[in-house]
Amino acid sequence: MKIHIKNGRLIDPANGVDAQRDLFIAAGRIAAIGAAPDGFAANRVIDAAGLVVCPGLVDLSARLREPGLEYRATLESEMAAAAAGGVTSLACPPDTDPPLDEPGLVEMLKHRARHSGFAHVYPIGALTLGLAGERLTEMAELHEAGCVAFGQAQTPVVDTQVLLRALQYAATFDFAVWLQAQDPFLGRDGVAHDGEVATRLGLPGIPASAETIAVSTILQLARDTGVRIHLTRISSAAALEMICAARLSGIAATCDVSVNHLHLSEADIGYFDPHARLMPPLRAGRDREALRQGLAEGAINALCSDHAPVDDDAKQVPFGEAEAGATGLELLLPLTLKWAAEMRLPLSLALARITCDPARVLGIAAGNLSVGASADVCLFDPHGSVDVTRESLLSQGKNTPFLGQRLPGRVRATLIDGHIAFESGR
Amino acid sequence: MPLPDAETLCAALAERLRPDLPSGAALVGIHTGGVWVAERLHAALGLGTPLGRIDVSFYRDDFSRNGLHPQIKSSEIPFEVEDRPIIIVDDVLYTGRTIRAAMNELFDYGRASRIDLAVLIDRGGRELPICPRWAGETLFIAPEKNLQLERDEAGKLNLRLIDA
Amino acid sequence: MRNPQLTRNGELQHLLTIDGLPREILTAILEAATPFTVVAEREVKKLPLLRGKSVFNLFFENSTRTRTTFEIAAKRLSADVINLNINTSSTSKGETLLDTVDNLCAMQADMFVVRHASSGAPFLIAQHLAAMGLEHIHVINAGDGRHAHPTQGLLDMYTIRHYKQRFDNLVVAIVGDLLHSRVARSQIHALTTLGVPEVRVIGPKTLLPADISQLGVRVFHDMRAGLKDVDVVMMLRLQNERMKGALLPSPQEFFKSYGLTAEKLHCARPDAIVMHPGPMNRGVEIDSAVADGPHAVILPQVTFGIAVRMAVMSMLAGA
Repeated sequence: MKIHIKNGRLIDPANGVDAQRDLFIAAGRIAAIGAAPDGFAANRVIDAAGLVVCPGLVDLSARLREPGLEYRATLESEMAAAAAGGVTSLACPPDTDPPLDEPGLVEMLKHRARHSGFAHVYPIGALTLGLAGERLTEMAELHEAGCVAFGQAQTPVVDTQVLLRALQYAATFDFAVWLQAQDPFLGRDGVAHDGEVATRLGLPGIPASAETIAVSTILQLARDTGVRIHLTRISSAAALEMICAARLSGIAATCDVSVNHLHLSEADIGYFDPHARLMPPLRAGRDREALRQGLAEGAINALCSDHAPVDDDAKQVPFGEAEAGATGLELLLPLTLKWAAEMRLPLSLALARITCDPARVLGIAAGNLSVGASADVCLFDPHGSVDVTRESLLSQGKNTPFLGQRLPGRVRATLIDGHIAFESGR
Repeated sequence: MPLPDAETLCAALAERLRPDLPSGAALVGIHTGGVWVAERLHAALGLGTPLGRIDVSFYRDDFSRNGLHPQIKSSEIPFEVEDRPIIIVDDVLYTGRTIRAAMNELFDYGRASRIDLAVLIDRGGRELPICPRWAGETLFIAPEKNLQLERDEAGKLNLRLIDA
Repeated sequence: MRNPQLTRNGELQHLLTIDGLPREILTAILEAATPFTVVAEREVKKLPLLRGKSVFNLFFENSTRTRTTFEIAAKRLSADVINLNINTSSTSKGETLLDTVDNLCAMQADMFVVRHASSGAPFLIAQHLAAMGLEHIHVINAGDGRHAHPTQGLLDMYTIRHYKQRFDNLVVAIVGDLLHSRVARSQIHALTTLGVPEVRVIGPKTLLPADISQLGVRVFHDMRAGLKDVDVVMMLRLQNERMKGALLPSPQEFFKSYGLTAEKLHCARPDAIVMHPGPMNRGVEIDSAVADGPHAVILPQVTFGIAVRMAVMSMLAGA
């Protein structure tokens, strides 16, 4: 299949391209940019006039809910949602049921994903068995099965001795470790940021120190072990400051933020909106401002959807009893564009945070349109928009605090390995 | 149509009541106009029983349509209702629904030996089988008009006709 | 975002919290409550306002006392009252909160009085009713988690107004476990909305929530300083399970620092009133000599509570 994408505005942040260029795809790879290769006869010509042509999105956290949580969502439904959102590579956190702590589970997931014909799936293996924080998993085996990094999803390792050992072991093989900074005791029963809104609504609080204490512990152990550390879903200005300071002292930690924390604060809980029940909690407005600025400056390496489809039964309950998480695969691009517009950022810089930058964190070759690279491409209309409704979302999870909003940008087509995985009419 | 003078009517109404007044009778005025009239009657007749005042808002039959009246006054019945003759006093008698409500409320204070009704003006238009024993005057007022008793700054009572 | 407890015309549709209610509505409820107090003194203590209406007391958390006051209020308004004590552990397994609500709606409920251990549960019910197009059904929050207990806040305001006549010249102190107290939150919102110029909160740092000063209160940790020249002392109940552990070392130590004694009350104005939402822990948050003394207005609070709840129910039913 040879595809010619013509008249589009090609934005490839990895290669510093932002210009009107044609893109030529053959045998699942980028064959040429600008002029057609000799003898190129396209099977399909896509007119991308008025559209942006960019690398397929790389999402650092998308829960497909398999294995074990198929009542929430299935691999098919969520992979279709990813394609509709322009996402061509995604990392799965290990918090499935059972968790991704055995090679067999990882192989099965990889196999199922490969045959879906949608995005490339990169499982994050469990750092400890059952995410219980007691015994190490067979990381080398899991790596062979396809795990690109190891983590604990949202379950902190309580015992710092175990954490130290896990980081040492991962560092032995130069495996990256992804951790969400959450002190296991502070705010143990909390459901919202310990600030004015939680006080007003009478919600048990989670102080920002629950994050900063854990960041401090992780950074110090990272320094001692030399492990490649990635901090997921940071939520507070203080945590970001600590990570920046650690980099100055030579700890090469990376970090990411979710689309929810980039746009929302504790005030968005409103009248107990269970869709705003997230982990980590939405924090104060000044935290959000610091995260928005940090992402723009590159202090935060990547933006992710933190996709977590939750069924209505687990959301249509009082706020504190609601399961945390929001669906996000289809909102990653629109919310990136919204952030870029509000911050007056060049489109290329904004797209870098959801393409080449997260690819670098993952250590994969995706997220660029270099000649010879996999033809993972997203075509979107920057002047279009999406109305976020239960009906418009392909994900089985209809849970998002952005429900009812109109967001900028509309994906027109998604190509994965040169195949059209998603296409919508004008 | 010239309206009668309210103060003159009050005096006349008191004189009509005087010969028929049962012994031990108590006057109960209905908020707000009925209380003003009852105060006049109470003074003119020199009654020993203190004056009662009721706000029938809690017993109105249009509650489910119109909701709770915004400024409800507390009812005050400063005497034993049981076995006492009671005279309900109101300013203008129209549909009779207010009087129905007032009687219902009175029964929740006790069983009166009898209940009579005295009104300043009977304007007709009854929707319930209610008839005053004493009326200052009977007038026929068109349904699209409201007849209201008002009290001016000097405390003088006046009747006024306004569009309904 | 429209306040879910108000109709499009700004009338009270549900009573879920005092936070965000306009002063006019609070005043209207307090005004309306007075004639209901008179009813309690009559031969027949019933009014026909809710005749033919079904009021469901939906208690997901046990509270015989609160349920009884709502029950009396509804019965005095001639409503049919159905009490449901729902064990939350059984709902968490099978039927959800909203399943329960749907069932009762199918039984032609007119009003829900909801007590729930989770903050925001009555909001969830109100939002669900709106989504189902059942806006004629009213919800009264009878206490949700740590969030709100609006009728308690209102009856406290009624009590203060009864004894002090006005709000705009008062200093009011709320003492004790504010962290876990829905009563305190409703009191604070009511007091600030009604124009009390100085609202103080007094307690140890372990029992004061984060950023509480953002609610418009002055924070004191020294009870004697906090009680200086106050007109109203509002004591809070300290739950048994909070008395020992990481929040407080012992009830004795709490009493020493924050229990209301005649000696500490001496710091307040000579005509100060002492309130408590009940049930009291004598010797923990309040000394018996104060609880039974001349400043206490704790029993009148209970009496006024019925009238205030009757007023709220009548206003909602007529909306």
